[in-house]
Amino acid sequence: MHDARSTMRRPIGLRLWLSGGWVTLLVLGAIFAPLIAPHDPLYQDLFAGRMPPVWVDGADPNFLLGTDSLGRDVLSRILYGARLALTVALVAGVLTCLIGATLGLIAGYYRGWVDMVISRLVDIWMAFPPVLFAILLIAVLGTGLTSIIIAIVVIDWTRFARVVRAEAMTQGTMDYVASAQVAGRTRFGTMLTEILPNVLPTILALLTLEMGIAVIVEAILSFVNLSISTDAPTWGGMIAEGRTSVHQAWWVLVFPLITLFLTVLSFSQLGEGLKDYFDPVLR
Amino acid sequence: MLLMRSILARLVATCVTLFGAAVIVFFVIRVVPGNPIAMMLPPGATEDDIARLQALYGLDKSIFEQFVIWLGGVVQGDFGTSISLRQPVLDLVLGRLPATLELSIMALVIAVIIGGAMALTGTLRRETRTEAAIDVTGGMALSVPDFLWGLVLILLFGVLWPVFHISGRVSPSLDFDFATQFYLFESVLRLRFDVWADLVSHMFMPALALAIPLAAIIAQLLKQSLKETMHLDYVTLARTKGYPEASVITREALPNAVLPTLTLIGVQFTFLIGGTVIIERLFSYEGLGNMAIDAVINRDLPLIQGIVILFALIFTVVNLVVDMTYAALNPRLRHA
Amino acid sequence: MSFLDVENLTLRIVRGPRILRAVSLSVDQGEVRGLVGESGAGKSMIGKAILGTLPRAIEVVSGRIRLDGTDLQTLSARERRRQIGAQVALIPQDPLTALNPVRRVGPQITNRLVDILGWSKDNAQARALELLDEVHIPDPARVMRAYPHELSGGMRQRILIASAFAAEPKLIIADEPTTALDVTVQKQILRLIKNMQAKHNTALLFVTHDLGVVSKICQSLSVLYAGKVIEDTDTRRFFAGPGHAYSQALLHATPKYTDPDDSLTPVPQQVIDAVEAEVAEFDKGLGA
Ligand SMILES: Nc1ncnc2c1ncn2[C@@H]1O[C@H](COP(=O)(O)OP(=O)(O)O)[C@@H](O)[C@H]1O
Ligand SMILES: [Mg+2]
Repeated sequence: MHDARSTMRRPIGLRLWLSGGWVTLLVLGAIFAPLIAPHDPLYQDLFAGRMPPVWVDGADPNFLLGTDSLGRDVLSRILYGARLALTVALVAGVLTCLIGATLGLIAGYYRGWVDMVISRLVDIWMAFPPVLFAILLIAVLGTGLTSIIIAIVVIDWTRFARVVRAEAMTQGTMDYVASAQVAGRTRFGTMLTEILPNVLPTILALLTLEMGIAVIVEAILSFVNLSISTDAPTWGGMIAEGRTSVHQAWWVLVFPLITLFLTVLSFSQLGEGLKDYFDPVLR
Repeated sequence: MLLMRSILARLVATCVTLFGAAVIVFFVIRVVPGNPIAMMLPPGATEDDIARLQALYGLDKSIFEQFVIWLGGVVQGDFGTSISLRQPVLDLVLGRLPATLELSIMALVIAVIIGGAMALTGTLRRETRTEAAIDVTGGMALSVPDFLWGLVLILLFGVLWPVFHISGRVSPSLDFDFATQFYLFESVLRLRFDVWADLVSHMFMPALALAIPLAAIIAQLLKQSLKETMHLDYVTLARTKGYPEASVITREALPNAVLPTLTLIGVQFTFLIGGTVIIERLFSYEGLGNMAIDAVINRDLPLIQGIVILFALIFTVVNLVVDMTYAALNPRLRHA
Repeated sequence: MSFLDVENLTLRIVRGPRILRAVSLSVDQGEVRGLVGESGAGKSMIGKAILGTLPRAIEVVSGRIRLDGTDLQTLSARERRRQIGAQVALIPQDPLTALNPVRRVGPQITNRLVDILGWSKDNAQARALELLDEVHIPDPARVMRAYPHELSGGMRQRILIASAFAAEPKLIIADEPTTALDVTVQKQILRLIKNMQAKHNTALLFVTHDLGVVSKICQSLSVLYAGKVIEDTDTRRFFAGPGHAYSQALLHATPKYTDPDDSLTPVPQQVIDAVEAEVAEFDKGLGA
């Protein structure tokens, strides 16, 4: 008999390649921004304001993707904006993951009052609209890179805590954990050597998703002008400006939007792809 | 009896959550640097003026005293006075709530229609290209948040093919005096369908942006649940009775498949309401979320507190309603 | 010509092995035909092929199914389903899963009458009450308002029987209708089906793996092995002495019809080898 499951296996290859490719491209663009960006992202040329991209009539070939209302080069700002976006994705993503997963692991494995406290906290957190919470935190902490990262960690740790707690709970009831206990391992040791490796795939997939979310949160904060300093190149800031002049200069909105869209989609598809890849049922 | 007790337990849990939310918001925003009072007064105000105003807003007391006073007021329905708008917070918040409710409910309706249609079509055409196309579309809709969908919609239907309004709640040129804040509802009741059309053409884009991710989730969960149900004996029996496949799905499978989907949609609906904060900003829609962002920017502590508590209240009530609907729809629980 | 005529029906798993091998059988009006064979022989697949509820993984390779002279394959999918709904009814195997849990019992009996056959609601309601009474359900009006989970398995099977007969179908397919029930209830349900069939003069295709049941209610029977009809005969002749070695062995493997004190005689290996060879021969003839 042939195995029906083998035909159910999804074509994860292409998805992983495309999204991985885009993220790689973006990382390279961010690292080498000073070398490849055609202009200084902060340089304003008021005589070259709202220049359309090169393939549109009346364009200046110096500005590949056109300029914004202050005459700043859109392409250069996107490249430099990637630096902030990816820094936030990496640092905020990893920190959120560490804190959320640790709390979830402890709650799910130790149960009892620790679990009760953590679960109650998660419930309370779920009662806040995350965007409002983030904006509030930035207002408290002041703008800047550190504030953005802290805000993301504070609003999103529950995402990891919830999932990891549930996984650790199911893993904790399995036979191999009991046998590890009988073999004389400490509870903490069992958690690290028996439970953690089994929830690690989930954590990795979530981490990838979280990076996409971090990019979005940063963009939203820049959009409401609460990210880092106002004229620094950020995708969200460019989008905010593009939104106001969308009828006069669509390119100021379109290019950062496409970049942001593809980046978020890629992180999310990478996460989904990893989830499928690690899922023992689909494998 | 069992049902009553579980509802009671849920109510208690809800109160605990709300109290926790209140504590956190209250203490977090007291750490805000910068003195909101100083920002209210004209330059050259004396120390005395500031102190007097601080006393007026109760900001001269210790944080704990402030909390107790505030909580006491809240219990009596008094949320204090907005610092930036100088009106009672409750009036301001209740004035904006209908706009946000109308937007959220419209988004929910759109999401249920789109998601339901996708799930039903996918089930009817299961294991074909159509289903694969629905899965891919849904996967993409789910991967990208409402904020980005909003921007995409602005470009598509506001600029490229301008058929909808992308800013505001109602055309300023419209000659119509609303008696309530429930504009959409009121326009229908007063049979002013021109006004209704104007409102819908403003709300449709933000509502659709909010609806897209939820529609994808509904499509995914409901389709999976439907496909599991399609193998069951009573569904097969309905086929032998002569019903066409489409009515077998809607009559026999759907009522059973909806139940497990419902609870999950409840949580997702609270995410949708949370999304109104930024979507209202994006579409300059005068709702609660837009007001909230202004309140944060203006450091308007009483207003921020009021709005956040209201959101928390809405979230918990939605979850409670979903649980109760689930119990009411499930005959096994109803007769337990 | 019989009411139901299945001719040379061959099914297979899509791009896979055969499930039915040129099955032919017929059921006349008023006739009860038993369909016996061990589990996995393909008994249910015959019923599903007739009803048009085959799993997606299974396809019809060849053969013809005629209902009252009409070849079902010549009908559109929709019309075919309507015809089945109007003329054929199924009594399913497991009464616990065959009623929709979120709907009341009443509409589940009357829906075919109203939606497919175009009866008025009142007529359908009256008919359902009458049928529930016929299947000996006490207080039918109350049962009509109940949800399935409030009723026992035996009750639910009675309801499904009433539902099957309500539309006066010409043919009923009963797929092991008693296997899921308690032994004590099994006999009552069996008697009930037989009585209802006689009263309504319906053609009945009765799927079972129990020859004891066949001897009680069937006039004719088909023995199935690996999707192939090994023997097609009338009941009296069969129990007098079946023609095929496999049938004989099957009869001996059934406790009550040999010496009750005798322990079960399993079907001997050489008999199985012989039928398997027959099946292989058949497949070779078709070049598979
Ligand atoms: N959904 C399915 N997909 C593929 N094969 C099936 C499916 N259902 C049943 N079969 C196969 O069809 C054969 C006949 O099954 P069935 O008619 O249910 O036997 P029974 O005589 O016990 O009623 C069995 O070998 C079974 O493995
Ligand atoms: Mg069977």
